[in-house]
Amino acid sequence: MPDTHFYRYDSYDRTLVAERVEQFRDQVRRRLAGELTEEQFKPLRLTNGLYLQLHAYMLRIAIPYGTLSSRQLRKLASIARKYDRGYGHFTTRQNLQLNWIKLEDAPDALAELAEVDMHAMQTSGNVIRNVTADHFAGAAIDEIEDPRIWCEIVRQWSTLHPEFSFLPRKFKIAVTGSPNDRAAVRVHDIGLRLWRNPAGEVGFEVIVGGGLGRTPMIGKTVREFLPRNELLAYLEAVLRVYNRYGRRDNLYKARIKILVHELGVEKMREEVEAEYAAARGGPLGLPDETIEAIARQFAPPALAERPAIVPEVEALKLEDRDFALWLKANVSPHRTPGYAIVTASLKPAGAPPGDASAAQMEGVADIADAYAQGEIRVSHEQNLVLPHVAVADLPAVWRALGTLGFAEANVGKITDIIACPGLDYCALANARSIPVAQRISNHFAELARQHDIGDLKIKISGCINACGHHHVGHIGILGVDKNGVELYQISLGGDVDFGNTALGAILGPAVTADKVVEAVDALVATYLESRTDGERFVETYRRIGAQPFKDRVYGTVH
Amino acid sequence: MALFTEAGTSSILIALPYADWRQRPQWPAVALVNTDPVEELAPHVGELRLITLHFPKFSDGRAYSQARLLRGRLGYEGELRATGNVLQDQLPFMLRCGFDSFESEQKGFAEALAKARTLFSVVYQPAEDHRATAARLRLEANHFFP
Repeated sequence: MPDTHFYRYDSYDRTLVAERVEQFRDQVRRRLAGELTEEQFKPLRLTNGLYLQLHAYMLRIAIPYGTLSSRQLRKLASIARKYDRGYGHFTTRQNLQLNWIKLEDAPDALAELAEVDMHAMQTSGNVIRNVTADHFAGAAIDEIEDPRIWCEIVRQWSTLHPEFSFLPRKFKIAVTGSPNDRAAVRVHDIGLRLWRNPAGEVGFEVIVGGGLGRTPMIGKTVREFLPRNELLAYLEAVLRVYNRYGRRDNLYKARIKILVHELGVEKMREEVEAEYAAARGGPLGLPDETIEAIARQFAPPALAERPAIVPEVEALKLEDRDFALWLKANVSPHRTPGYAIVTASLKPAGAPPGDASAAQMEGVADIADAYAQGEIRVSHEQNLVLPHVAVADLPAVWRALGTLGFAEANVGKITDIIACPGLDYCALANARSIPVAQRISNHFAELARQHDIGDLKIKISGCINACGHHHVGHIGILGVDKNGVELYQISLGGDVDFGNTALGAILGPAVTADKVVEAVDALVATYLESRTDGERFVETYRRIGAQPFKDRVYGTVH
Repeated sequence: MALFTEAGTSSILIALPYADWRQRPQWPAVALVNTDPVEELAPHVGELRLITLHFPKFSDGRAYSQARLLRGRLGYEGELRATGNVLQDQLPFMLRCGFDSFESEQKGFAEALAKARTLFSVVYQPAEDHRATAARLRLEANHFFP
């Protein structure tokens, strides 16, 4: 089996995770013995990944910076089989959720997870959550520096942080190392964008106070350029200001975006900079040796020289239309000539977005071992990524993914839908998300049509908490409840591309579940009629505005 | 309310609420709520022997920041007591933030306190207990075994 090309736990990491499992085992025991009330137990289980859903406990497993080895993915499959119903759901935050865990089994499941250097710490609760990154990190052609180095540094600093384990609300950090942001850094509590300043130094733009949920906001730049050695000192300053002054009187106003909004970005910057200045020179400065030691572990695999143009690939492209479409949609350029990045679509026609069975996970692990350096990524778009595939192996990988049902050529297309679990699982939801996604997916299943429609991101949330990121969908769909009827509110024009980050605007009255497909059809028809050459859906919307879409939808639907 | 202390001061000092203490800042004990400005105590930390920080709910974590500021930034060395909704599962965090005495009604708290310092033998963050972080130990190990 190939060695991993990302951070490997040492004895310190293993010890900490093992001790955490034992601590939780004792907490579960005390809960079952009635020594802890549910109120007291709740934050303890949440910060160990255990969330109470509609029907059962859900275990949310952290996949830091979305990077997995084949061995880890096999273990996830085995845990899903042993402790759950044999499948899992990959989320928009690069986590894996198992939906049917029993409380008394949770410590054993976590102990098994620890065997492959994984955990479920801080995937829930009012703490710093799993840190997310660009899913093409370490392979992308446009990358300045691998963001995962920094995610790992932040992961360690934030794990069991003594000061920040009872924050006003949850706290999400994302890092991108590329100018083409694939980590949605402007809609996180803190977004970090690596860039090289005119002096040639690499540092961070620090963006604070973005987020979706019921009050969507785009993050503000608090620091244009932060020297990289200062990252943790600066993060600690932001978190301390938030921990002290973030609102705790109202759950819905407790995220840092509200604090930034109420203080104003200038005052927020002043507070953070003052705190940062006062702590300066403290023990949080990162020595170069520490950064380099972690960076070395993310050194890219030594990829053997392979041909960039392969006759068999060229031939298959001409003879098999599905393969040609797959190459176009699911294969991205790799920084090493002769290699490519492959996205395995977890959105086959009609399937719940992001779901994978244990057998499918094992299948992907096998493919990764055979063709992709044993490495898998989870994207925030709920797909799996094989980051290092030789061009010559693309036909074999395509066929192998096809047998798993993961070779749908729809990445970035209308059926590559992001959806939260919705009312099928979630206690917070007002409406179902998955069946709506499935209906749209079935309706637009024809690949040639999808490719004609082109780049179109549909994002569906089952409630205002916006786990399906509907605010930043080109087409956003939000489930609402009106007198016991599930209705869907449609918005247009959202985007997470860096430089274009925008929140969608509501189109008009919500529609019933059986009309959602018709409405989307009307939106697509409006676009197809109005687009100019090469113009994407969201660009046409920006050019012509909402009215033509609105007229068509409400003329058709009602 | 039972008191569990590691401070060793065995002080039976009455801590004055912050507003009252400000009238008599020479008094060696003050009780803060979690919105009181700890920075204002700076000129007096040398004379203070007891500061209590309050947890109105165990889930309200503001006093952790107050504790770290008092210990780390202001250099307070007297007794630092957690009051209010203090539960044994907070102890590993509280100890790291510099608390050394606790008021709690929870059953089993004394036993938990005895174990809390050794629950985690690895820490990732520099904090007020001055334990060597994993990052520092790694660096030192490299120096010894290059």
